[in-house]
Amino acid sequence: MKELILLIISAAIVNNVVLSQFLGLCPFLGVSKKVETAGGMGAAVIFVITIASLVTSLIYKFILAPLDLTYLQTIVFILVIAALVQFVEMFLKKSMPALYESLGVYLPLITTNCAVLGVALNSVQYGYNILQSVVYGLGISIGFTIAIVILAGIREKMEYNDIPESWQGMPIVMVTAGLMSIAFFGFSGII
Amino acid sequence: MKNNSALERLYNGIIKENPTLVLILGMCPTLAVTTSAINGAGMGLSTTVVLMFSNMIISILRNFIPDRVRIPGYIVIIASLVTVVQFLLQGYVPALNDALGVYIPLIVVNCIILGRAESYASKNGPVSSFFDGLGMGLGFTVSLTILGAFRELLGAGTIFGKTILSESFYTPITIFILAPGAFFVLACLVAARNKIMNRKVKNGEMEEIPAGCGDCSACGNSCCSSKSFFDMSVDNKKEETKAASEEKAENK
Repeated sequence: MKELILLIISAAIVNNVVLSQFLGLCPFLGVSKKVETAGGMGAAVIFVITIASLVTSLIYKFILAPLDLTYLQTIVFILVIAALVQFVEMFLKKSMPALYESLGVYLPLITTNCAVLGVALNSVQYGYNILQSVVYGLGISIGFTIAIVILAGIREKMEYNDIPESWQGMPIVMVTAGLMSIAFFGFSGII
Repeated sequence: MKNNSALERLYNGIIKENPTLVLILGMCPTLAVTTSAINGAGMGLSTTVVLMFSNMIISILRNFIPDRVRIPGYIVIIASLVTVVQFLLQGYVPALNDALGVYIPLIVVNCIILGRAESYASKNGPVSSFFDGLGMGLGFTVSLTILGAFRELLGAGTIFGKTILSESFYTPITIFILAPGAFFVLACLVAARNKIMNRKVKNGEMEEIPAGCGDCSACGNSCCSSKSFFDMSVDNKKEETKAASEEKAENK
């Protein structure tokens, strides 16, 4: 149990997925204009990554590894993830319309979010078992949510600032992300 | 230069629509692997190989792949090529493979590749698609190498492993080869790009090209993520026309 908690903390904060591993940067920079939408995106990411890491680790353990097909992992994982996102979207639409209303817009955006594939590949590489992979996926996605919500909060304040013309838009957001990244470096001694 | 000729495609990819500096696509590998010039170049070249052949294959198969399942089809082609490249790297340059790690398989989800497949290769012939891939890939490689060299110089005082700034008079700013440095260097590059673009737009020399990932909507369109995996829109349209025709029949 203690190990799993440590795994969540290290995945969420110490090795933050966007700020130190640069996975999922597109939505991080793109969907972080408002705290509300950032929160929605974060929730959708938590939802999808946790399910995807469960499914991919099951497939790896019970199909790819016994049949000696591990070299196909990239192809299989990306297809499974893309189909899974589609499936989750259809499932939510039919059975939980309220949740679909709030997450629906973000779901298709997640297919090409490299964090999902990155988590699946990483947990294979680190040799995690199924429970560990799910917990790792959860930790990573919580880290993503923390980072994107903080960035959105800062960007909301930044709206009122006077920024030089050529630094408006992406550059200033990247500088902000860089400063956040330095702040998150402070956690690196914890574990 | 003739449109769609090999040379025009190369120029377009490397200068005019440089994927990193002008379109701002494929940010994940750009920031993650450019800790040194050699890593940047390695990543760029691997992506170039994948891009060239995926463009060519998709262009050859563009009339055979049904419209509705084209995205999964493209993804399978790209993922297979990435796996091949990964094996080649493991076999011949294991050191580079270790340095790039998980970012090699992640070439699959690079916006640039699916973006080019969707916007160019699916509409043009194999030869010009091949050169489009080569041009885009080289543009990506050049900007990644520049970014890597810049960070390596500031962060370690070397370029391609050769000492440029000796430690006797320059203390390396280590943060530039760590994660935050990537954000800062890219911010400066994009700001410089904006400066040049703004001037050109003001002079009316060119139309404004929005920065890709600046608004994820743009990024979403280019990497097809805004569309569903199995293109439902085709179905919806059919249903709509069906419903419309039924209505007409009823009215009669």
